[in-house]
Amino acid sequence: METFKMKGILILVVLVIGLLFAIPSLIGDAELPQGWIGPKSKVSLGLDLKGGIHMVLRVESAKAVEGRIGVIAGDIKPQMITARIRYSKVVFVQPDKLAVQVRSQEDYDALSKLMGDSYPYMIEVDKKSEEGLMTITYQIKAEEAQKIKDQADEQALEVIRNRINGLGISETSTIPERDGRIVVQIPGLTDPEKAKKIIGKTAALEFKLVDDEHPVEKALAGDVPEGDYVAYMKDGRQPILLRQQAVLNGSMIDDARVSIKATYNEPYVSISFNSDGARIFEQVTRENVGKKLAILLDGKVYSAPVIRDAIAGGKAMIEGRFTDEEARDLALVLRAGALPAPVDILEERTVGPSLGRDSIRMGVHAAFVGGLLVIVFMVIYYRWSGSLADFALIWNMIIIIGVMAILGAVLTLPGIAGMGLTIGIAVDANILVFERIREELRFGRTSKMAIEAGFKNAFSAIFDANITTLIAALVLFQFGTGPVKGFAVTLSVGILATLFTCLVLSRWIMEWFVNNRKIERISI
Amino acid sequence: MELIRPGTRIDFIGYRKYAYVFSGVLIAIGLISIFFWRGLNLGIDFSGGLEMQVAFKKSVQTAELRKALATLGFQDARIQSITSANTQGNEYLIRMQKVQSSPKENESTKIQNVLFSTFGKDKVDIRRAEVVGGEVSKDLQNKGFLACLYACIGIIAFIWWRFEFSFSIGAILSLVHDITLTVGIFSLTGKEISLTVIAALLALLGYSLNDTIVVFDRIRENMKKQSGSYDLASLMSDSVSQTLSRTILTSMTVFIVVLCLYLMGGDVIHGFAFAMLIGVLTGTYSSIYIAAPFVLIFHKEKK
Repeated sequence: METFKMKGILILVVLVIGLLFAIPSLIGDAELPQGWIGPKSKVSLGLDLKGGIHMVLRVESAKAVEGRIGVIAGDIKPQMITARIRYSKVVFVQPDKLAVQVRSQEDYDALSKLMGDSYPYMIEVDKKSEEGLMTITYQIKAEEAQKIKDQADEQALEVIRNRINGLGISETSTIPERDGRIVVQIPGLTDPEKAKKIIGKTAALEFKLVDDEHPVEKALAGDVPEGDYVAYMKDGRQPILLRQQAVLNGSMIDDARVSIKATYNEPYVSISFNSDGARIFEQVTRENVGKKLAILLDGKVYSAPVIRDAIAGGKAMIEGRFTDEEARDLALVLRAGALPAPVDILEERTVGPSLGRDSIRMGVHAAFVGGLLVIVFMVIYYRWSGSLADFALIWNMIIIIGVMAILGAVLTLPGIAGMGLTIGIAVDANILVFERIREELRFGRTSKMAIEAGFKNAFSAIFDANITTLIAALVLFQFGTGPVKGFAVTLSVGILATLFTCLVLSRWIMEWFVNNRKIERISI
Repeated sequence: MELIRPGTRIDFIGYRKYAYVFSGVLIAIGLISIFFWRGLNLGIDFSGGLEMQVAFKKSVQTAELRKALATLGFQDARIQSITSANTQGNEYLIRMQKVQSSPKENESTKIQNVLFSTFGKDKVDIRRAEVVGGEVSKDLQNKGFLACLYACIGIIAFIWWRFEFSFSIGAILSLVHDITLTVGIFSLTGKEISLTVIAALLALLGYSLNDTIVVFDRIRENMKKQSGSYDLASLMSDSVSQTLSRTILTSMTVFIVVLCLYLMGGDVIHGFAFAMLIGVLTGTYSSIYIAAPFVLIFHKEKK
């Protein structure tokens, strides 16, 4: 009898813990009572229920490798000049090669030494001689390319995380997945377009000198001076001739803020450089007084003011006829940093708040009606024992919610469906036991013996059936995504709760009644 | 209260030939429909594409919506009216295959802007917008396939351990039976197969197994009671008859719950509930007529 009491106490402990953790979620939006010392965390709702945006992004990290080779192509020319290598062409060969054309064998030897010293990760893969010219092709080493890609993935994750945090919305999540994919979830966002814009902007800020010595018209006709290229203003129409080499870029930014120009009441973004940036900025402006300095964002020229004086203190401003919101978003992405490579949206799911509300209402409503019908059915079919099963069923639901709260699991719409299925499974377990007890009673056993035999004989069926379902649910959890996962979580938890409420709780109560109340015939 | 009178015995195994023909015909129709006739209506989760659910706070005709989308060059978009309790017929589902999604070139953004400008921003409620790229949809296909494969392996191993290998075969064949039948009906009715329907197929797998194993459990129990030689077919009929009351009761209650989800759960859960409705029926049927007879076949061969 002692073990029976001990069992009862253990059951009570489980029920109380389950209830304590379930209460914050069960009361809905109501406040917890004053002086509540129990747990406060609620089961959080999935995006399909509360509305929000779910995106799978992929960093095109291969572009970061291309970017690196582009930089080498730009940097190598002045180095060859310094080393007195006579070259005729430097060509970037997609996606990861660089071709250099030199005049003679001596130039080739000097170039090999230069490449080995400055860019040891570029290896020679091809050498051709033609009409006195030698073309040497270099390719980036696979491991170096991988390193650049990994860095790009990592940096992009960090940047996107910063940008999303900058939106000031709580409970956002930014989770990296394999192959440079990033899963972003923003709940309750009313304007998903804004999020997409902010996430997708590369935000590569560059400062480049304008070439005023050559006319842009000639360049447009095809005669582009060495080291120059034609860029366009923000409007996309007006061309401007720029030096290829950027004198400064966004990585040296410390802060970016929105300010308002007093004269026109027009917003602009003021940026301040870190100490390195400030030093370079001052040097560049001092050496180029009277020239124009173009400010580019993602390759477009926002403005190209004339440098009147050396600018100390490391401050600059970006103008471009912004609206308030554009200026704010730009400041945000500049603060968060530039993406090292473009980002693709592979998958996007937005659920408006109205649909989420409807889904909860209808899902809960349907599950509730279904549950109620089952409860009524059980009482009609099994009388007293049926109401006991219903009692266990209600506790089953409370334990599921409690465990979900403890695990920090998310309740989704398929999750509600999973709870519905749990009702079915739990009822099935009870039916198995009750049918067995009826069988035993028909053999003329006493209530006490029938209950014992009923639970004993039904055990293997309930256990095996539930464990097989649990195996399926766990596999789903492991390999499923999104909605499938939500379903698997509640189903797994539900199966375990079912095993407990049916095989432990119901059994204990039945035995208690038969032992203590001296019931001769149980109502079943 | 009792639905099935105690002591009822039906020679289920004796009827197995009819069951084979019945199931065989249904499965054949399903397979023909899937592969040669109607095919499968794969949702954007598996085919890739765009799907937007839009509710209007004023009366909007399909033609107006089509015209608005045509200005973007989206003539091939499929527009479908949704009727649900609280939208009074002014809710639509817009679907497009093949999208080029990138942050700059985003179809859902374009559609939203056009709807805002055509119908007025305050009259349009974007209830849902989903864009799935081809890469992700292929991924989901693979993942779904792998999930089923691993689940089957896990189930075979567990049943083998707890019962016998022939029982594993019986259970898996009855699962294949249920899934094929259900997918066949999805093909015949042209209902869309989305990720949630896959979840339902897997739930169905779990439910059907649950049912099958309860019958197996009784067979195992009765086999243990026997001494000497016995007629396995007749023992199986006894076992199925003994568990019949429970099989029908459970199926009925689960059917009630799923029916409520189907009728009242809203369109998001509709496909899920539909798959489950069929699944409960086939699951119950297969655990009576399919699972045990197959165990019998493979059991005999072993001897």
